[in-house]
Amino acid sequence: MKHAIIEKNIGLMGVLIAIVISFAGLVEIVPLMFQASVIEPHPNLKPYTALELAGRDVYVAEGCYNCHSQSIRPFVDETLRYGHYSQANEFVYDRPFQWGSKRTGPDLHRVGGKYSDDWHEVHLIDPRSVVPESNMPGYPWLAEQMVDAEQVDKGMRVLKDYFDHPYTEEQLASAKADVEGRTKLEALIAYLQVLGTAIPRSYK
Amino acid sequence: MNYNFNDELVKKFTTATILWGIVGMLVGVFIAAQMAWPALNFDIPWLTFSRLRPLHTNAVIFAFGGNALIGTSFYVVYRTCKANLYAPKLASFVFWGYQLVILAAVLTLPFGYTQSREYAELIWPIDIFLTLVWVAYAVVFFGTITKRKEPHIYVANWFYAAFIITIAVLHIVNNLQVPVNWHLSYSVFPGAVDALVQWWYGHNAVGFFLTAGFLGMMYYFIPKQAERPIYSYRLSIVHFWALVSSYMWAGPHHLHYTSLPDWAQSLGMVFSLILLAPSWGGMINGIMTLSGAWHKLRDDPIIKLMIVSLSFYGMSTFEGPMMSIKTVNALSHYTDWTIGHVHSGALGWVALMTVGALYALIPKLWGKKGMYSTQLINVHFWVATLGIVLYIASMWIAGVMQGLMWRDINEDGTVVYSFAQTIKATYPYYVVRLLGGILFIAGMFVMLYNFIKTVKTDKNDKAEDNVAELGEMA
Repeated sequence: MKHAIIEKNIGLMGVLIAIVISFAGLVEIVPLMFQASVIEPHPNLKPYTALELAGRDVYVAEGCYNCHSQSIRPFVDETLRYGHYSQANEFVYDRPFQWGSKRTGPDLHRVGGKYSDDWHEVHLIDPRSVVPESNMPGYPWLAEQMVDAEQVDKGMRVLKDYFDHPYTEEQLASAKADVEGRTKLEALIAYLQVLGTAIPRSYK
Repeated sequence: MNYNFNDELVKKFTTATILWGIVGMLVGVFIAAQMAWPALNFDIPWLTFSRLRPLHTNAVIFAFGGNALIGTSFYVVYRTCKANLYAPKLASFVFWGYQLVILAAVLTLPFGYTQSREYAELIWPIDIFLTLVWVAYAVVFFGTITKRKEPHIYVANWFYAAFIITIAVLHIVNNLQVPVNWHLSYSVFPGAVDALVQWWYGHNAVGFFLTAGFLGMMYYFIPKQAERPIYSYRLSIVHFWALVSSYMWAGPHHLHYTSLPDWAQSLGMVFSLILLAPSWGGMINGIMTLSGAWHKLRDDPIIKLMIVSLSFYGMSTFEGPMMSIKTVNALSHYTDWTIGHVHSGALGWVALMTVGALYALIPKLWGKKGMYSTQLINVHFWVATLGIVLYIASMWIAGVMQGLMWRDINEDGTVVYSFAQTIKATYPYYVVRLLGGILFIAGMFVMLYNFIKTVKTDKNDKAEDNVAELGEMA
């Protein structure tokens, strides 16, 4: 076919462009949606509780992904430093995913249980009081702002109704009460403490 | 033929490009300073790094780059088609609607309203409005092409067309969300699938917004400024279709060694390596357009900006495929090397091509013989280039250092460095990077001054200092 035919017909050119750009998505993304290891949860994985979900919303709103990854690579140094490498079936309740692309700070995928709640509280308010070399900003306002209970309640229902996250009726019924009067800091710490706990951190 | 409306609209885009460029880069300089001196976060929520960094990326890519692309695409399409812009009211809506999207970004991102998906941070109501603006943009652009008086569609328009179509597809698919309230929404894709969809989008925001679109700009403004035809028509056909069909596959290289299945990672790596060829096809076609007129590189700083821009394009499209090789990526990923790579493309390729095109465009739009001062274009060129070199060199060194420190293991099987030690070692490089950024934005202020003086100075002034009036080509 002579290229001049395409060059003189913008409709044809547009259609051809649309066709050639579609292949990658169809070949790479569509099969992934049906690959069991990616879409079926790890047996130990539980959907985020109301407080953890509220904490995840805080993590997303503050943009923690700008400096922290949540994806441990299968390398010796990473399993030594962060724990067992990450598996796809640990992330099925993550909407959006928060794997990140830059480690200005350390990876957080298995930070759950690594430090005490008190350590996190001090660290989030004033990072350099516990890690002098750190260039992380402080987030003192999180201790003063309350979790939006309405949002958590609605959010859990969206996850249950649209995406089948296995919440019990009890969990949904008590969602508001579970987060009422809790600070964003408490919620964020609850989220950090559950991160990566479906698989034990130690990797031998 | 009356071109008035068209020129007036492109003038607006030109002004917006310069102003948003300065805003976006100022935010960049500020957050670069925060990385060196974290006290600059001041414990104020909306001045905090994690909230401002998305504002920086969105402002420079979509506000600076976007206004430059939409503005020049309108200019190129009505010039090369010898037709007025289709649906002028809709074209005006594209301008004002797009500025409204940017304003909405400024009013939401620093205040914690974000999706926190890289380069797609805008919340769902803004996404929907942006979709409407983009459809209007497509109607104006393709409508103008259908009214063309030339049978052939000029090559620059192929690239702009691919950019418009692909960005629409990426934006819509990547933002499939279920809203919880007016600002929060949850992605329809779970975890690992969300990661791939997002990087399919993210990589092709680079591939089509920052590459195909700017190649369109290059294909008009380089031949025009050099007063030479494009080096190879055949090469432009081959590298166009090769680029458009292979870019979309490369997204998974952003997810090497994550839990994304191996087959997807390998596919992404293979296509990233293939991408070197069409990328260099574009660079070669642009640079060789100067063959027989190399003296212009010495005489005309606008040509110098554009050719150095293409050189940075060639460098970063060599570096990109190298970084997509899994063993190289194992070292480079998550480090500041990535940041250096991005800025070699964003400052070196995108920004230099944009300012080169604007320096060529401004006198034509405002009916002047040339820019107010050619010497100041030269100053801009050198300050900007020096800034880029400081920026990318410091980030390369910092990145390789971080990667090597992270993986260093003692004989007894423990890690040599704590993470905090690697941060401590990086501080000096963050200061050098900041210096590079300051130099680059200083160049933008030189441009702003030159722009204002050009517009305000009467037509016949400064004749001897001006670049010769450009001939019509197209």
